[in-house]
Amino acid sequence: MTRRIRGRAAALTLIGALALIAAGCGGDDGGSSGDGGDVSGTLAVTAIWSGAEQEAFQAVIDGFTEANSGVTVNYTSGGDQLPTQLSTAVEGGNPPDIAFLGQPGLVRDFVEKDALQPLDFAREDVETNLGDSAVQLGSVDDTLYGFLFKAANKSLVWYNVAAFEDAGVEPPGTWDDFLAAADTIGASGIPAFSIGGADGWTLTDLFENIYLRTAGPEKYDQLAAHEIPWTDQSVKDALTEMAKVVGNGDNIAGGTTGALQTDFPTSVSNVFSESPKAAQVIEGDFVPGAVESGLEPETDYNVFDFPAINDSAPSVVGGGDTVVMFKDSPAAQAFIRYLTTVEAAEIWAERGGFGSLNQDLDTGTYPDAIQQTAAGALSEAEVFRFDLSDLQPAAFGGTVGQGLFKLFQDFVQNPDDVDGITQQMEDAAAKAFG
Amino acid sequence: MSVTGSVAGDPPVTPTPEAVESGGWRRHALAAGFLAPAAIFLGVWIVYPTLTTIWRSFFDESGDEFVGLQNYQTLFTSDVILTAIKNNAIWVLVVPALVTSVGLVFAVLTERIPWSVAFKTAVFMPMAISAFAAGITWRIVYLQEPDRGALNAGIAVVKDSFSSGGVLADARPSSDALEGTSQGTIRLAEPVGRGDIALLGLTAIGSSEVPDDAEQAVRPEALQGGIRGVVWRDFKPGGGTAGEVEPDELGLPGVTVKLRTSGGGAVGSTMTATDGTFSFDEVESGEYSVAIGSESFSQSFGGVTWLGEKLVTPAILISYLWIWAGFAMVVIAAGLAAIPRDVLEAARTDGGTEWQVFRRVTVPLLAPVLTVVFITMLINVLKVFDIVIAIAPGSVQDDATVLALQMWRTAFGGSNDFGVGSAIAVFIFLLVVPILALNIRRFRREL
Repeated sequence: MTRRIRGRAAALTLIGALALIAAGCGGDDGGSSGDGGDVSGTLAVTAIWSGAEQEAFQAVIDGFTEANSGVTVNYTSGGDQLPTQLSTAVEGGNPPDIAFLGQPGLVRDFVEKDALQPLDFAREDVETNLGDSAVQLGSVDDTLYGFLFKAANKSLVWYNVAAFEDAGVEPPGTWDDFLAAADTIGASGIPAFSIGGADGWTLTDLFENIYLRTAGPEKYDQLAAHEIPWTDQSVKDALTEMAKVVGNGDNIAGGTTGALQTDFPTSVSNVFSESPKAAQVIEGDFVPGAVESGLEPETDYNVFDFPAINDSAPSVVGGGDTVVMFKDSPAAQAFIRYLTTVEAAEIWAERGGFGSLNQDLDTGTYPDAIQQTAAGALSEAEVFRFDLSDLQPAAFGGTVGQGLFKLFQDFVQNPDDVDGITQQMEDAAAKAFG
Repeated sequence: MSVTGSVAGDPPVTPTPEAVESGGWRRHALAAGFLAPAAIFLGVWIVYPTLTTIWRSFFDESGDEFVGLQNYQTLFTSDVILTAIKNNAIWVLVVPALVTSVGLVFAVLTERIPWSVAFKTAVFMPMAISAFAAGITWRIVYLQEPDRGALNAGIAVVKDSFSSGGVLADARPSSDALEGTSQGTIRLAEPVGRGDIALLGLTAIGSSEVPDDAEQAVRPEALQGGIRGVVWRDFKPGGGTAGEVEPDELGLPGVTVKLRTSGGGAVGSTMTATDGTFSFDEVESGEYSVAIGSESFSQSFGGVTWLGEKLVTPAILISYLWIWAGFAMVVIAAGLAAIPRDVLEAARTDGGTEWQVFRRVTVPLLAPVLTVVFITMLINVLKVFDIVIAIAPGSVQDDATVLALQMWRTAFGGSNDFGVGSAIAVFIFLLVVPILALNIRRFRREL
């Protein structure tokens, strides 16, 4: 009820904002360009952020309008329904100037509808400040249409500090150390891993992290686009590595059958509770949200980067909000360019709950050690890729109890049959890609 | 244009002397007027969707290409849909009969107990909850962890009160020198003889699980005419070297160690000291096996996997029974109240036992009511959906699926294959038709 009202209010504000743009456009020729900056106009900007995130983003906007006093930026939170709102606005010919999209597939959809303006003017800024991965992720057919402004990191391992101390192990940096540490933790009397296998996406996330490191980013892209089959040797190799984690039932809380009955929140509370049932859980930077209250970061729980495999470059699987431009104007261009700068990233980074690919951002800017690790990995990453299952057709990559989710659950149950499961994955992929 | 215009412009009925015909028309119009709301409602909400679904079931996923009966072929070749059909068959065979008989038993019994209203209310209560909420509740009851799932917690309590707890909760051999698991015994892989030292290193013992009086483990001196050894937690922070007694590794006191001949005959049994050492002082020459007795391990109960692929369907059936038993009881109790008492009394006077009265008088007289309950349940079961999706975790939805759930999963749950989804819907419809026909015939007879 409240949500619907809020949605309507947002829609009304959006309409209001659009009316303002129309008014603002007319005044452009007047060119009264304030005391700072040389652009003017009104920008309508929308994203899903509300509450604390909206405040933080407003601070980022304020940083821009201070330097460009001729520009007014009106931010509207679209909430969860943002994709629908934007699609409707595009259909009606009245999109905002700038929007932030959380779904990687949506950028391509809008490009195909001719709704987005290319960001050629910002290409160099993106390349130097955010890195090649950012350019690649934001490009459709080699034209840059967006870049990841706020990034999320799914390549993290969260651990119970007491359990690690008890076992006398340090957060490992390489896959071999990681597996050796897991054995040591198991010998110390607590299972090394908690796996939320009842939710299939935790398993695909683990696979993606291993695959990006064993097969490399090129193969990752090819597999994401189904240009190589799931029966490819690289997939089999990654699954063999994955079996070293999910195949050792003695070292998983509840064994493998227990893992398939454990949902994500339970997999987190298995590790982070007064009497933990496992020492570590592999998941993204949203884990702290599921940690029981009363546990302190750093002293009770902590985090390390998903380890490198065979000297793989620092790599991150993740997601985030991609900024795109619907309407070209000098003010919009200036704002987009501003978002690539370290200054813009710093404003939000200081406030927390933010990650940036910006390579100049000092990790010390993040408010605590946990965020420094989680978000720091983003700016240090040489390779950043979107969650592979998010890039698949929904029936194959995003449906409870079906497709990849189900097949990875089958794999956990029977980790020896790599050939069989890859064949099933390929069959399902072929069907989904049609 | 002008032709159609003139036709449309014509008055529907020209003035005519035949008053009878006009009155007939008016009667029809009146009937049509009264029927129209219902007809429109049925047309829009029942007839049109039914026809569209049937039509749609002959087209492919995208809806563009006519594929004939291919979707129906998929129905009987896809493993998941076949599982759904099989599960639906189990539901149909088990649930209506079970619910009806449990309802009958409750209804008959509640007639004879005091506080029957309270009992009836309690049994009927689940009907007041939505099936989805009931499903969520039962999912929590069925959770595997005894700390979380109520059912396994109950079993754990019963189990613990029967099994004597050993000193060690769980343990694994630390190296290949030992074999076995804590589910049974752990023994040395190689036999030992007089003067040997038996090293029984165990891992996977939490530091909090080590008995409080444990001391630093000691590798004992060899004894000329006997066998000595040590049982210890072969772990120190960082791991240590497997199979070696090292500083910071604690002995495990109170562990039963058994000595057997290679033939299996028991020679002796002893307890370890606080430093984990044990000694069999005088043994004859020969080969012996050294083992840690299973009584040293308290078997930790990991919980029954109620929601695993094997037990999930029975688990859901039971929760469904919990919801519907009350309905059956109330309906049957009403029927029971309507049975003429004198018939029952006549039967008793004639010397019938309670069982005979129940079998030969009560049940036959209740037959119409029982049929109503049975058929209602039959139709309910064919369309069962919410409780399955609420209880079965994603990892076993393929194993627990039923036709209605599979229809939803196929058409809406991500695959968005409306072709096969419609085919499943039509299949369910066909299954329900005979029951509907039966019901309609019964209604007619009753009228």
